[in-house]
Amino acid sequence: MSQNAEKVLDHFNLFREPEYVELFENKRKEFEFMPPDEQVAEIREWTKTEEYKEKNFAREALTVNPAKACQPLGAVFAAVGFEGTIPFVHGSQGCVAYYRSHFSRHFKEPTSCVSSSMTEDAAVFGGLNNMIDGLANTYNMYKPKMIAVSTTCMAEVIGDDLNAFIKTSKEKGSIPAEYDVPFAHTPAFVGSHITGYDNVMKGILQHFWDGKAGTVPALERKPNESINFLGGFDGYTVGNIREIKRIFNLFGIDYTIIGDNSDVWDTPTDGEFRMYDGGTTLEDTANALNAKATISMQEYCTEKTLPFIAEHGQEVVALNHPIGVAGTDRLLLEIARLTGKEIPAELEKERGRLVDAIADSTAHIHGQKFAIYGDPDLCYGLAEFLLELGAEPTHVLATNGSKAWAEKVQALFDSSPFGKNCKVYPGKDLWHMRSLLFTDPVDFLIGNTYGKYLERDTGTPLIRIGFPIFDRHHKHRYPVWGYQGGLNVLVWILDRLFESIDANTIIPAKTDYSFDIIR
Amino acid sequence: MSLTVEQVKQRNKDLIKEVLEVYPEKTAKRRAKHLGTFEEGKPDCGVKSNVKSIPGVMTIRGCAYAGSKGVVWGPIKDMIHISHGPVGCGQYSWASRRNYYIGTTGVDTFVTMQFTSDFQEKDIVFGGDKKLEKIIDEIQDLFPLNHGITVQSECPIGLIGDDIEAVSKKKNKEYNGHTIVPVRCEGFRGVSQSLGHHIANDAVRDWVFDKAGDKHPEFKTTPYDVAIIGDYNIGGDAWSSRILLEEMGLRVIAQWSGDGSLAELENTPKAKLNVLHCYRSMNYISRHLEEKYGVPWVEYNFFGPTKIAESLRTIAGYFDDKIKEGAERVIAKYQPLMQAVIDKYRPRLEGKKVMLFVGGLRPRHVIGAYEDLGMEIVGTGYEFGHNDDYQRTTHYVKDGTLIYDDVTGFEFEKFVEAVQPDLVGSGIKEKYVFQKMGVPFRQMHSWDYSGPYHGYDGFAIFARDMDMAINNPVWGLAKTPWKKAA
Repeated sequence: MSQNAEKVLDHFNLFREPEYVELFENKRKEFEFMPPDEQVAEIREWTKTEEYKEKNFAREALTVNPAKACQPLGAVFAAVGFEGTIPFVHGSQGCVAYYRSHFSRHFKEPTSCVSSSMTEDAAVFGGLNNMIDGLANTYNMYKPKMIAVSTTCMAEVIGDDLNAFIKTSKEKGSIPAEYDVPFAHTPAFVGSHITGYDNVMKGILQHFWDGKAGTVPALERKPNESINFLGGFDGYTVGNIREIKRIFNLFGIDYTIIGDNSDVWDTPTDGEFRMYDGGTTLEDTANALNAKATISMQEYCTEKTLPFIAEHGQEVVALNHPIGVAGTDRLLLEIARLTGKEIPAELEKERGRLVDAIADSTAHIHGQKFAIYGDPDLCYGLAEFLLELGAEPTHVLATNGSKAWAEKVQALFDSSPFGKNCKVYPGKDLWHMRSLLFTDPVDFLIGNTYGKYLERDTGTPLIRIGFPIFDRHHKHRYPVWGYQGGLNVLVWILDRLFESIDANTIIPAKTDYSFDIIR
Repeated sequence: MSLTVEQVKQRNKDLIKEVLEVYPEKTAKRRAKHLGTFEEGKPDCGVKSNVKSIPGVMTIRGCAYAGSKGVVWGPIKDMIHISHGPVGCGQYSWASRRNYYIGTTGVDTFVTMQFTSDFQEKDIVFGGDKKLEKIIDEIQDLFPLNHGITVQSECPIGLIGDDIEAVSKKKNKEYNGHTIVPVRCEGFRGVSQSLGHHIANDAVRDWVFDKAGDKHPEFKTTPYDVAIIGDYNIGGDAWSSRILLEEMGLRVIAQWSGDGSLAELENTPKAKLNVLHCYRSMNYISRHLEEKYGVPWVEYNFFGPTKIAESLRTIAGYFDDKIKEGAERVIAKYQPLMQAVIDKYRPRLEGKKVMLFVGGLRPRHVIGAYEDLGMEIVGTGYEFGHNDDYQRTTHYVKDGTLIYDDVTGFEFEKFVEAVQPDLVGSGIKEKYVFQKMGVPFRQMHSWDYSGPYHGYDGFAIFARDMDMAINNPVWGLAKTPWKKAA
């Protein structure tokens, strides 16, 4: 017995004690009938080979460890960015439990979202009654300012029509006739979470701008000088949106953040639970029609929303997760161009500080090879920053990346000598990445929490940037956009790099001659 | 100032009334049946259960897929579990349950991986059977040491009429009897994850037991063989349980399903006794093992020294004196550790009030562990319990305990606000709500990344964690000094 009350051992150490080690050995020997060790070792080595990689890349049907989630998750992400809004997911209730858990694990915050709890009878007869009752319950219980409806694969397969259902619910008196219930169909078998963000964002704008599903006249655009801002699905939304607000405020311009979820996922612990906090007001959402232009930080996350906005008479600007100097330069130049304002001196100074930081540290990063995976825009932004740092983004992989995205990333590679040996992988998953890391190794891997399995299997040090991050805390509170954000990303990369150098030089009397205190 | 039992009952009644007033009439009527107060002497907790959740409320429940893939099948380590359908379900359940296991992931074990058919629109239109066949071929090609494959159906599979049984049979033949198990656990089936547990159990019966034959002739039984059923090895729970059974002289031939392997499943009918921890999720297969193979089963509870000792003696009661003496020896061996744990933590936790809301067995089973620390359960309820769970709960709860079945987020907040417990034990979706309110919280599904909590080794961790949650300095910081003064 190793446990003791004075120094309680939990799973980290308890199971290394001899009695447990013996228990594991006996279990394996007597009952598990697992393959012999030699065979396991042999197959493990085989999975590292070029031959295995070819087999792996020949896969046509199986997906293993994908770096993407489904549309409805993005739908919830977009909806909670509006003032007093509760997302209502029409479909089976288990999905909502998953979305809520997923966001809570990443942001360490509650996520409020309801479901119409469809079961077998709804599968047979359709989910209309679930919608009628559900909207009434949500409206009475949670007193939201708005209910944003989206779907799951179940509701989509049986063909439930949200527009008709919401209309009928209003006729039946579940909710007042004039109550705002924007909606979007978000089938889980089309696209990914970024598609869901796009559909709901468009659905909400459409609701307010195009006459609330035919119940009021469409708004008439009265152009003003304001700028709209769309963040896209972004694991750093808390830090990023606040940083963008700071930048806009420094410019001194009118702006609307459309879908501002920076407060709802960063509520204080002060004795009160805020189900709703912050968010874009419904009034601002409607007025956003009048803005001069809309800037999207993520082109591939707003593929339908941006054209919809453009059709309504505004200029639209699509960026790709601007991380680093050039990315931020583009953002600021666009803001300056659109508003006619000068770039604030303070931001210029920040730029110089980021360049200074890069100059101080670039020698360590120069020529290092990186593998990156994540959402298409994030991958692009990171790859661009790495090229700026003199690093080589050797493998860039997005499970939800399109051909067009791949072409754009290739063009980015072509624009820099550091991109010469780099390759882009649209539609591939993390098991493909595993093969790449074995057959064409890199120095560092950048990705979300799931990358820790790749780090373990291939020994490639992981820098955690992406969504979701479950196993490290509070990263989402820091921006990755703007010059300040670039500095954060630079520091995260450097920290991991120096840790790796230290770990590599730590053996006394063998490698520790390079165990330096000054770097 | 503590209330009398009668005052507590009146308060609960008022509280329930107040909560129901917010709902539309039809909903209030339905929800009223799920909320109540335990009356001593009654055969159950007096609430309705295992009924559909109401649309539009924030139910904490999951779905049948979550019950099958996330709980029962997913932890079987040497099999590959395909999340068959769109990408999401597999992604959200990917390694989120801490079912610890030992193995070389990606080579001979696969629990912390996500295999999916990643359905696209064309699969919905044309059906996914052909794709499933190809997926099984690719799995066989790329993961040759897998011992079996399960097909965990997501919602669309049943709706579009795919024949995963036919595909499984065909591929089973093609791969010389390789175990391939179709599981009809579409998320819309039933009212919660509970039906998924049942469906998963039935799939073990039909596709593992019935087809196992004499697959392991080298396996020799002894009179002391038992199987652990219904322990998912969260944070190593099944290991800190297994060690006690082995110390008392039993031989644990199988673990279900945390750290379990297909061979263990196949050999379970040869056990002399099945010891069942999570009654809710695995009573079905335990009953089947009794009916078909004559293996008796007994429930046990390894939370807290009182219940552990009771359980060890109950289990030993099925065996001879050697095992009975073994149980006494084990109880005596750990007694000093338990005393030291209680001596250390009880003074810090005495009299603290706890509200629980969990799944499976925990709304009742953990009560004993809290009581060992001098704590009191003032409210409890099941996410997906059935009537028999509420019957079993009467042995654990005190007169006047607030009971809430399938509690909604709204009700739970109101109850906690009014009752003001010192600790809430529930899941990740609830955790941050209550912490914002300044109420200490522990995740009683996943032990907040700590654990194990089962067994004697686990109780020390449980006690430490409860102290760490309740007596954490952070709760004293929640209110600003200026508002405190005001």
